[in-house]
Amino acid sequence: MTYNINNKGYYGEFGGAYIPEMLYPNVEELRQNYLKIMAEPSFKQEFDQLLKDYVGRPSPLYFAKRLSEKYNTKIYLKREDLNHTGAHKVNNTIGQILMAQRLGKTRIIAETGAGQHGVATATVCALMGLKCIVYMGEIDIARQAPNVARMKMLGAEVRPALSGSRTLKDATNEAIRDWINNPVDTHYIIGSVVGPHPYPDMVARFQAVVSKEIQWQLKDKENTTKPDYVIACVGGGSNAAGAFYHYLEDTSVNLIAVEAAGKGVNSGESAATSALGREGIIHGSKTLLMQTNDGQITEPYSISAGLDYPGVGPMHAHLFKSGRAEFISITDDEAMIAGLELSQLEGIIPAIESSHALAIFDQKQFKPNDIVVINLSGRGDKDLKNYIDYFKL
Amino acid sequence: MIMNRINQKLKEDKKLLSIYFSAGYPSLNDTVPIIQNLEKSGVDMIEIGLPFSDPLADGPTIQASSTQALKNGITTEILFNQLKDIRETVSIPLIIMGYFNPILQYGIEAFCEKCQEIGIDGLIIPDLPIDVYNEYYKAMFEKYELINVFLITPQTSVERINFIDSISNGFIYMVSSASVTGSSSGFGDEQTTYFKRIANMKLKNPQIIGFGISNNDTFTQATQYTKGAIIGSAFIKFLANDSIENIRNFTNKILYN
Repeated sequence: MTYNINNKGYYGEFGGAYIPEMLYPNVEELRQNYLKIMAEPSFKQEFDQLLKDYVGRPSPLYFAKRLSEKYNTKIYLKREDLNHTGAHKVNNTIGQILMAQRLGKTRIIAETGAGQHGVATATVCALMGLKCIVYMGEIDIARQAPNVARMKMLGAEVRPALSGSRTLKDATNEAIRDWINNPVDTHYIIGSVVGPHPYPDMVARFQAVVSKEIQWQLKDKENTTKPDYVIACVGGGSNAAGAFYHYLEDTSVNLIAVEAAGKGVNSGESAATSALGREGIIHGSKTLLMQTNDGQITEPYSISAGLDYPGVGPMHAHLFKSGRAEFISITDDEAMIAGLELSQLEGIIPAIESSHALAIFDQKQFKPNDIVVINLSGRGDKDLKNYIDYFKL
Repeated sequence: MIMNRINQKLKEDKKLLSIYFSAGYPSLNDTVPIIQNLEKSGVDMIEIGLPFSDPLADGPTIQASSTQALKNGITTEILFNQLKDIRETVSIPLIIMGYFNPILQYGIEAFCEKCQEIGIDGLIIPDLPIDVYNEYYKAMFEKYELINVFLITPQTSVERINFIDSISNGFIYMVSSASVTGSSSGFGDEQTTYFKRIANMKLKNPQIIGFGISNNDTFTQATQYTKGAIIGSAFIKFLANDSIENIRNFTNKILYN
């Protein structure tokens, strides 16, 4: 069994391109070209250079000494929080903006939930001088004001998604509609390993730099390229896809995906797709998603806006169904406490998304010699208001 | 080869008017009276929209009617119950247009079987890819005598149009412009050129144009080059503001100005 994508664009039974004919020429153009473009030496050179000089890669693999002592195991943090714009998201937007340029596109659209991907997209558009339009649910615009301001300062236009539930899934619908209406000059930068093939694979390949670095960084520190565990939070799943990528086929490395349980998996306010979802179609991909018996997509909930998505990428659906990865869900409360703990033990304030991955230590016991790598996908600056409200700081 | 009401209708020597609306809108139980009144008002074919929470290819008008219908409580099961005796009163072709996920959740074969039992003639599933249809569902659709209608757009390549023509049986749904539903106002040179280009391809399947048709002008323009036209958003706007009994006023304006 393979855990990577096959030549038809599926991970096992998940994936594909379930798109209306109006999107076919765009998606097909991308499908036919993305691997070719990514393999061009000039593309690789420019991508690597920007990741180094602009994003600040490689991000450190940091041995968290005090956290390791507390949980009696060896914990490494992959510091994606130190990237420019504060999260792993920029790895993908750098790659996709270079892709868009090579496809001759002059106008960029994106969707965003919490605003992190929107900011990362607005950033690379400013860098390349391309027009940028970011769709964001009306409700999210109200609760993520600082990121809306950042996008505007970077020169992007933020358009409210007024349809449906007015959150991330609706922002994604609006971005797709924009692409239908602008089929020639526009590239759609999807922010996660979701959407029609080739997006899940393309985004995973851009994020794969994370596990590539973990391999050689760990070799330096522990004289092995293989940790015992790689742990990452999953909303759509792009940071997990990046952290897992080079370990997918090596089953001696355990993969753990952490989903947001919200107020509890069975509370009715949750985003734990693997526990609550069934197979279906969302945003052009066959995957696991939260839906009614009648096939209507339901609204998820998590305190973390970045995990608040009713589906998971098809790679993760396959990792779940095949048992290759273990899926664990963490509640709002558990995540918030883990975020505070990391702040006070290591001096690192994590994004609430990443705090979900950090909360694993209360659920799972590791051996003293286990090497556990956690992908610290983002920093907590954007979440300060949430932390302040929660802990009454 | 399926030979059902759609094929019969396409043989008639006239331009066809097809109307789309969302089932369960404006009120849950309006579905059947709307269909009956559309037939009485001279409509040739009806597309019954199966509401979906996330209709990617639709503009704000159809999404809003879809959302309202879901709030009204429409489900696939309820729609099938509403339509159960429809063939006692309605004889024009009926097509169900819906996104793939609700059909997948109902069970595709069960869905097709139910359609045949009711007397549905065809399906339009915009996000069911052609390759997936051919590999897994074509035989099933044929078994239940359902015509699957495919879309083409101004961006569709000649090669792909010919391919779509070769696998179609019935008509080709020709999307008038690069847009979601309900967004155009009048056709310009670009569209006319596209209409002519497709007409000159002499495809084996007739084409029916949808998207951007809202009045007699656009209906006449569209049908100058094709077999017929489909109206959705404009009819839904009518339903939002007028009563089902007055549907003839709407269709008269389209057909006779």
